[in-house]
Amino acid sequence: MSAVLGPHVSARPELALRSGGALAMVERNLMIYRHTWLLLVAEIFEPVLYLLAFGVGIGGLVGNVPGLADTDVRYAEFVAPALLATTAMNGAMNETTFNLFNKLKTNHTYESILTTPMTVRGVALGEVCWALLRGALVTVGFLVAVTVFGLVHSPLVLLVIPGALLVGFTFAALGLAVVTYLRDWQDFQYIQLAMLPMFLFATTFYPLDVYPRPVQLLVECLPLYQSIELIRQPSLGEFGVGLLLPAAYLLAVGGLALMLAFRRLDRALRS
Amino acid sequence: MTETTRQPQGTVPEQAAMIRARGLQKRYGAARGEGFTAVAGIDFEVRPGEAFGILGANGAGKSSTMRMIACTSPSTGGSLDVLGLDARTEGARIRARIGVVPQDDTVDVELTVRENLLIYGRYFGLPKAEIRRRATELLDFARLTDKADERVEALSGGMRRRLTIARALINEPEIVLLDEPTTGLDPQARHLLWERLFQLKDDGITLILTTHYMDEAEQLCDRLVVMDGGLIVTEGSPGGLIERYCTREVLELRFGPGEREAMTDKARGLVERIEELPDRILLYTDEGEATLAAAHARGVVPLTALTRRASLEDVFLTLTGRSLVD
Ligand SMILES: Nc1ncnc2c1ncn2[C@@H]1O[C@H](COP(=O)(O)OP(=O)(O)O)[C@@H](O)[C@H]1O
Ligand SMILES: [Mg+2]
Repeated sequence: MSAVLGPHVSARPELALRSGGALAMVERNLMIYRHTWLLLVAEIFEPVLYLLAFGVGIGGLVGNVPGLADTDVRYAEFVAPALLATTAMNGAMNETTFNLFNKLKTNHTYESILTTPMTVRGVALGEVCWALLRGALVTVGFLVAVTVFGLVHSPLVLLVIPGALLVGFTFAALGLAVVTYLRDWQDFQYIQLAMLPMFLFATTFYPLDVYPRPVQLLVECLPLYQSIELIRQPSLGEFGVGLLLPAAYLLAVGGLALMLAFRRLDRALRS
Repeated sequence: MTETTRQPQGTVPEQAAMIRARGLQKRYGAARGEGFTAVAGIDFEVRPGEAFGILGANGAGKSSTMRMIACTSPSTGGSLDVLGLDARTEGARIRARIGVVPQDDTVDVELTVRENLLIYGRYFGLPKAEIRRRATELLDFARLTDKADERVEALSGGMRRRLTIARALINEPEIVLLDEPTTGLDPQARHLLWERLFQLKDDGITLILTTHYMDEAEQLCDRLVVMDGGLIVTEGSPGGLIERYCTREVLELRFGPGEREAMTDKARGLVERIEELPDRILLYTDEGEATLAAAHARGVVPLTALTRRASLEDVFLTLTGRSLVD
């Protein structure tokens, strides 16, 4: 034992301090998912069901999507990118809401972590990093399924991956900010109350121009709408300045949410 | 988030103290207006290699003090230096060099026993190979080698506490903080834990522990402070405090129902100080047997009579008029 506790070789605090510990937080999650990786696979299943029901099923009735610049787009090809964006969103946000609430309120995971050189900021950043990686991972899994269904034609579809990372960042940060306001499991209802309509109406299943202009403006403010834009454009073979606005929007919203989360978590964890 | 990570400045004054608190205060809810003062301005110093105790009843402010030392809860007044660094601004740097065993077990329930140690080392930025080596030794130290690959849910209370202690040692800390390390453990588990703590003391680690068990304080602590209502009411070695505030022995007398008051009146004047508790009276005396004989002579007939050495419990009672464990 005295070998462990003998002369004090300092624990290289500099290294831990520099990253604020964010990397260690990601490592913790990887350690846990080594036991439970099957959950991630299961998460690919949900968008696949939607793709079958809407893309393939309803797509058979709809044929091509009217009102798009490219009139050759089949309905399933139109819906698939929206489902990719939704997958990235859910994959990331489930982590920073459901799982984080558990760690925050039930397991008090962060209390012991914060007795180390880790900081609240490092913990928050690490959780967001992990969540967006997780979201992107599930998205890539679903992308493989989409490819197998024969809905991919352009190599630009690879831009889905950085797109999913950005979408994951925004929603992970939003989730982290929101979770600090939740008091108990019942409060998750409120999240559902916002997420379900957004999923249904943020141009997931039909283009923006079905709405009158005032409603269009409203929909354009939704983070999921901008996420779908970011991923749908390259998926349909478009690559240009049209991507700048969604990217800037998602970065800004994610950044603001992260700053709010830092402040709220600091107050909650360091009383 | 006011923590900065600036370099330590120059040399440390009065290198001798591991911890130095001056007028240290903790007020909860201060930001929201009024708030509650849990620590009301305390001064103390902890010297290298010492086992320093904070003794006090529930709510005395022990945990609040410990959390400030651990830099997980900012102080709201006074000054606090840990390892010569300012706790207000050098939190991360201080935490890198101390080990913390919080009052409630906070082992990571999503991981196995060994994984708990492995990831904890990563929080300190230690290299993986080094952590693996230390984890194996610490599992042995904590007598948990058999349990290494089990989920922590499978551990008993005593094992969890030992895991928490092993975890706190992963960074080879210079100071280990233990907040009520044996509360809630059965006697056997307590003794095993004490024995482990003695080993740490032998290895020259500075220990700070809170407790409301006087036997624990007497066994483990070289020096202690007694806290009550957020203040330090006295300070000294266990033996020194007993000598200062108590007589050598205590005679405990229990009476039949309804007899206590009359008997207590009869016993008055036998000794300088009598303490009346709900179930018994305590007579502070240097000669227990002689006092008992004198009591019998006066017609004081107790149901049971016990002569024992004075303890820290008696010191606490003398100082606060209350019993330590309610
Ligand atoms: N986070 C907190 N917010 C508000 N009050 C607190 C908080 N933590 C402790 N207290 C109060 O401060 C007092 C001292 O608590 P504590 O330091 O835990 O004492 P001890 O560890 O000696 O039992 C108690 O009255 C407790 O209710
Ligand atoms: Mg306490």
